[in-house]
Amino acid sequence: MTTAVADTLEEHHDDHGPAKGIGRWLFSTNHKDIGTMYLVFSLCMFFIGGAMAMVIRSELAIPGLQFVHPEFFNQMTTMHALIMVFGAVMPAFVGLANWMIPLMIGAPDMALPRMNNWSFWILPVAFGILLSTLFMPGGAPAGGWTMYPPLVLQTGDAFPFLIFSVHLMGISSIMGSINVIVTIINMRAPDMTLLKMPMFVWTWLITAYLLIAVMPVLAGAVTMLLTDQFFGTSFFLAAGGGDPVMFQHIFWFFGHPEVYIMILPAFGVVSEIIPTFSRKPLFGHDSMVYAASCIAFLSFIVWAHHMFTVGMPFTGQLFFMFATMLIAVPTGVKIFNWVATMWRGAMTFETPMLFSLAFVFLFTIGGFSGLMLALAPADVQYHDTYFVVAHFHYVLVPGSVFAIMAGAYYWLPKWTGHMYNETLGKIHFWTSTIFVNLTFFPMHFLGLAGMPRRIPDYSTQFADFNTIASIGAIGFGLSQLLFVAVLLTSKRGAKATAEVWDNPTTLEWTVPSPAPFHTFDTPPKLDDSVGFH
Amino acid sequence: MNANRSLVAQLLILTAGMFGFGFLLVPLYDVFCEITGFGGRTNAEAVVVAEAPDLNREIRIEFLTNVNSYAQFEFASELDSMTVNPGKMYYATFTAKNLSAIDKVAQAVPSVAPVTAAEHFSKIECFCFTSQNFLANEQKAMPLQFIVDPNLPDYVDTITLQYTFFDATSVASNNP
Repeated sequence: MTTAVADTLEEHHDDHGPAKGIGRWLFSTNHKDIGTMYLVFSLCMFFIGGAMAMVIRSELAIPGLQFVHPEFFNQMTTMHALIMVFGAVMPAFVGLANWMIPLMIGAPDMALPRMNNWSFWILPVAFGILLSTLFMPGGAPAGGWTMYPPLVLQTGDAFPFLIFSVHLMGISSIMGSINVIVTIINMRAPDMTLLKMPMFVWTWLITAYLLIAVMPVLAGAVTMLLTDQFFGTSFFLAAGGGDPVMFQHIFWFFGHPEVYIMILPAFGVVSEIIPTFSRKPLFGHDSMVYAASCIAFLSFIVWAHHMFTVGMPFTGQLFFMFATMLIAVPTGVKIFNWVATMWRGAMTFETPMLFSLAFVFLFTIGGFSGLMLALAPADVQYHDTYFVVAHFHYVLVPGSVFAIMAGAYYWLPKWTGHMYNETLGKIHFWTSTIFVNLTFFPMHFLGLAGMPRRIPDYSTQFADFNTIASIGAIGFGLSQLLFVAVLLTSKRGAKATAEVWDNPTTLEWTVPSPAPFHTFDTPPKLDDSVGFH
Repeated sequence: MNANRSLVAQLLILTAGMFGFGFLLVPLYDVFCEITGFGGRTNAEAVVVAEAPDLNREIRIEFLTNVNSYAQFEFASELDSMTVNPGKMYYATFTAKNLSAIDKVAQAVPSVAPVTAAEHFSKIECFCFTSQNFLANEQKAMPLQFIVDPNLPDYVDTITLQYTFFDATSVASNNP
């Protein structure tokens, strides 16, 4: 195998373009093409999951049942979550990783290109299976994305399809993570030591390890559900000596690191963008690395804060409460570092920077409501209310999704070779930001007033805030069509230079725009201005 | 290439290890619950406690019974509550009736609240230790023999013992 690869390298010295036709995509082993496929797939899932959110918010716009049956409403909440988490946010970050990590560390491609092809093409199959459950007798899974037994075991024909699609998503994520780790560890440019790596690469290295550590645990948990249902085991069946609460422990042992899997790469993206548009190096690069590692470690010992109400010994509640609040320390380090990076910088406010600034501000709001939820005595009131919905949407939408948008705008000229339409981008940003707050901010009040989550109808005292949230949601959904308009017109703008922005420091800006099909066939030499970030 | 291969091998081992760890959590969780009384779990086997009774202290024991929605049974405690002295043995009786016309196996699952009391509530004999066989429409009385440990924390004056009654027929046929 080693010799075969060496031969290929010998024979094809000159740059050859991509294969023609559909084969280019089906059999692609090129990190840029696979990255593009991940990003396009993620955008499609974002709109499918978004359409489900529109169904949810339409039904909730006024009290009473108007559009859909409660059963279908529950299917929508469950599917919306599964699709957004596993289909939109995670693949978007894997797409960014595929495109940018080799360019940022000066590698010619990902380390395991054929596995890269597999890890992408498993995803459409997984989501094809998951979406097909909408048309099955009994409908799609409706027991919540957390799949708690015994409720999830009442899912109809869709149940095994749910389990197998989760298995496939897990396999895809694990293969993607192995690829990222091997690429980062083995294929960096010769002078790029670990601590010289750009923050985005660092956060992805940590994320990839998190994924490898917890996706198999989720696979195990859903396998136990499967055998409980079909093969007579009693992992979670109380009648046979099992315990349904144990599922919650195993699930959240996966689930809490999972939320950092969705936010750490976002930290990485804004850590690239804020220095570029502040025209200053990132403040405290190494402390950012240590902070991200701390967050990753702490994510393994806080899972039970999702289940304070199951009946836990006092000492358990104390431990999980304090451990959870401890996460605010490294997260605070990151927030203050971003602010310090901007301090006295020559800032400009192009679309990527606007999304990043909104990220810092709005993610912090989500972080603070997280601290409130971490308080075990207070959580008894907040548990399973709209306050929780407000919290995790603040960290995921103006958190992760805004960071993905910021990254897309930041690197789009590098991908297409043209500047996107800045005006359209700014309109997209402002409408998104206004509507996202209109959607999710009132949910805090609803939750504190006691409105439970996952219900299709509610008592009339919650009416007005729900109407506001629904108007915001539809506005936010429509705003995202502007992003499609930006993408469709992205080739019409002025030709982009290699640097695109004002003296960015990472390696991807040393290759031409658009980035050629093959880059860094010979590793780049680092000078002091590059890779230091 | 060799560096890639060994790193991939290590990461695959880590993946397999974490898959195994997910299953290892099952016995670990059981051990954890036995030790801490987490989830209101009580002992699942008979214990012998030899303690001098503390006649000056009175604890109220409340009995709660639930029937799982899939189980066609009637299940009730003879008494709603009783007052006991720590360190002394007591008896209580529960009755259950199979409402279906076929033979069934049932399993009662206990839980004790507050959780700090769980480890001090010892069952000497309990119908919940094993699954119970019911003939069609059979009704039977089932005994519980228990003792409250005098080391029960001072602030506990009421203990709630709760049973949920499950139809375990399918589970029992799977584990003969």
